[in-house]
Amino acid sequence: MREKLTYGLALGAAAMFTYTLYRILLMLPDELMQGAIYRIMFFHIPAGIIGMIGFFVSMTMSVWYLSSKDLKFDSMAASVVEVAVLFACINIVTGSIWARIIWGVWWTWDYRLTSQLVCVLIFFGYLALRRAIDEPTQRARLSAALNIFGCVDVVIVWKSIEWFRNNHPGPVLSIRTGGGQMDPRMDHTVYLNLIPLLLTGIALVLVRTRQEATAREIDSLRRLAHAAA
Amino acid sequence: MNSFRQIWTVAAKDLAIEVRTKESINAAGAFSIAILLIFSFAFDPFSDSMHEFAGGLLWIAFAFAGALIFNRGFARELPNECLDALLSSPLSASSLVLGKALANFVMLIAVELISLFVFGIFYNINWVKHPWALAGTLALATWGIAVLGSVFGAMTVNLRLRELMLPVIIYPLLIPLLIGAIEFTTILLGVEPIASSDWLWPKLLLLYDVVFTAVSILLSDTILVN
Amino acid sequence: MGTDAIAVRQLWKYYGDYPALREITLDIAQGSCCALLGRNGAGKTTLLRILAGLSPYQQGEVNLFGQSPRGRGARRTAGFLGHGIGVYEDLTATENLAFFARVHGLSDVSATVARWLKRVGLERVAKMPVRQFSRGMRQRLALARAFQHAPQVLLLDEPFTSLDDKAIAMLSELLTEARLRGATIVLSTHQLREALAIASDVALIENGKLRYSGERTPEMLSDPALLYRLHTELGAD
Repeated sequence: MREKLTYGLALGAAAMFTYTLYRILLMLPDELMQGAIYRIMFFHIPAGIIGMIGFFVSMTMSVWYLSSKDLKFDSMAASVVEVAVLFACINIVTGSIWARIIWGVWWTWDYRLTSQLVCVLIFFGYLALRRAIDEPTQRARLSAALNIFGCVDVVIVWKSIEWFRNNHPGPVLSIRTGGGQMDPRMDHTVYLNLIPLLLTGIALVLVRTRQEATAREIDSLRRLAHAAA
Repeated sequence: MNSFRQIWTVAAKDLAIEVRTKESINAAGAFSIAILLIFSFAFDPFSDSMHEFAGGLLWIAFAFAGALIFNRGFARELPNECLDALLSSPLSASSLVLGKALANFVMLIAVELISLFVFGIFYNINWVKHPWALAGTLALATWGIAVLGSVFGAMTVNLRLRELMLPVIIYPLLIPLLIGAIEFTTILLGVEPIASSDWLWPKLLLLYDVVFTAVSILLSDTILVN
Repeated sequence: MGTDAIAVRQLWKYYGDYPALREITLDIAQGSCCALLGRNGAGKTTLLRILAGLSPYQQGEVNLFGQSPRGRGARRTAGFLGHGIGVYEDLTATENLAFFARVHGLSDVSATVARWLKRVGLERVAKMPVRQFSRGMRQRLALARAFQHAPQVLLLDEPFTSLDDKAIAMLSELLTEARLRGATIVLSTHQLREALAIASDVALIENGKLRYSGERTPEMLSDPALLYRLHTELGAD
C-alpha cells in the first residue's frame, strides 16, 4: 500500500513537472529586468516554502512522538527534516545562482537566504545528533527535544536577521526586481510548481520513513541475537 | 526543598568545585584572550573604525570560550555516576539544568569581565561609557548562552562525540542572541549616542532568554531521564 | 505481609523495537527485602533504574508507595546505589554528604553529616577531598550518601560487587537496620549466597521476563542455583 502510494506520488510529480516545465520554459516570456534567469525563482521560492513547512511539520511529529512514545512518529520527524533540509539547500543554491547573475556576487546576505542558511545549520545539528546516538529510543527522545528547540529558534532567527538587515541594508533577492505588480501568470506558476515539488518531497519522506523502520528492525534483531548469545 | 534552593544548591556545588580546580575558567579565559590577540592580526587595532567591530569581536570570543565551560558542565557528573545519584534524588531535572546554567553564567561572566579589561587595553576601547547598559547586556546575553549551553551539555553528556556535538548544535541556535548582543554592544562601545530604536536589541535578548529558559524547563526531564 | 511498597503492572521497556523488559508484574511488600536475580543482560539493572526514576518505560504502570518513580515524592523516599559511588572527587567527604543532604531536603545538615561520617568511620578524613581516598573509603562514603536520608525504599544494583570486607560488613549492618525500621529493599546481584541470606523474597528475570517471584525458601538458601534450574531455559519452564 505504502509502495503504491510512493510510486503514485512520484508519477504524479513527474506528470505535473512535465506541465510546469513546459509552462516555465516555453510558455512564459522572459522577465523585463532579469531576463531568462528569473525562471530559477519557480524552483527557488517553492523549495523555500517546502523547507520551512517541513521544519514545522517535523516539530509536530516530534511532539507527537514525545506524547505517544510511538517510534513511527520519530521516523517521520527525521525523514521530514532530511527532506526539508534538502529543499532548503535547493532554495539557498538557486538563490545564490540568481544573485550571481543579477548582482554579480554569489552571496548578498539577503535576510531570507541568510535565515534559511541558519535553519539548515540548526537542522544539520539535528541530523548530526541522530547519527551520534545508536540506541533508537534515546535517539528519538533527544532529537525530538532538539527539534522543538530548533523550530522555536527558527521563528526568532527570521525576525532577528530581518531586523539586522534593516539596520545594515543590502541587496534583496526578489522575483519582482522591476517593482510593481508581477505578471499573474508568473505568480500562478510559482505556486503551481510547488505541487510537483511537494509531491516529490512527500514521496521521499515515505521512502526514508520505511528505511528508518527497517533500520530499527535490524537493530532490534541485533539486540535479540546478543541477548541469546 | 523549593526549586530556587535546589538551583542554588547545584550552582554552589559546581562553583565550589570550580574554585578548587579552576579548570574551566583558566581554559576559557586563556582561550578568550588568545582569540582577542589573534584578531589584532586580522584587524588594525588602532583604526578609527575599530569600535564598529568591537561588539562582534567580543561576543565571538565569549561564545567560543563559553563552549569550554559548557563541555565541563555536565561532564563533571559522569565520574562515579554522580548524575544517577542526582536524578534519583528529589532534585528536579529542571532545577539541575538551571543550577548548572547559573554556575556556567557566573563562570562566563568572570571570563567576560577579564576579557573586557584586556580588550580595552589591546584595542584602546572605552567600555565604561554606559556601564549599566553594558552590564545588562552582558547579563542577558550570557544567561541565554548559559541556559542553552547547560541544556545541550545535558543532552550530549552521554554521547561518544560530546565535544564535537555541542558546538555543532549550539552555535546556530545562538545566532539570534549573538546578533542582539553584538549589535547593542557595538552601539554601547561606539561614539554615537543610543537611539530609541536601538533598545530593540536588549528586548530581543530578553525575549530569547524568557523563551529558551521556559523551553529548557519543559524539556529537561525528557532530555535527562534515559 | 504489609501493604505493597512497590507495585509493577504489565511493564514493558523497549530499546527501539527490542523489548528489554516484557510484561513484568511484580509486587514488593513494604518491609521486605527482594533479591532480583538473573544473568547478565537479563534486565535487572533496567528494572532497578526504572524503579529509581532514572529510566523511562513505554507501557505499564510502576508505583512506589502509590507514586510514579519520577515523582518527587517517590524520589524523596528512595535511595539508589548503582555501579558508581555517586560522589564528587573534588569535594571533601563533608561537602559531598552536605550537598546530598541539602538535595534531599534534610534539616540540620551539619549534624546529619557529622553523624554519618562517624558511622562509616570517615570522621578523621572529613575534610580530605575524595580524590585522595582509598577504594574502601570511597565505598563507605557512598554508603553514607545513599543511607543518610533514611530512605524507605532502597534500590541497590549489585551492591556487594567490588566491596572490601569492611564495606560488606557495613552494608549488611545498614541493610539490617533499614529492615528493622520497616524499609523496603530491592537489590540485584550475582552473589546468590549473600543476597539469599538477607532476602525475604526473590524475583528471577531472564531475557526481560519475570520467571519467578515469591518468598525465599530454605531450599533456595541451601541450594542457591535451584531457582535457575527450575525456572530458566535449562529447567522445566
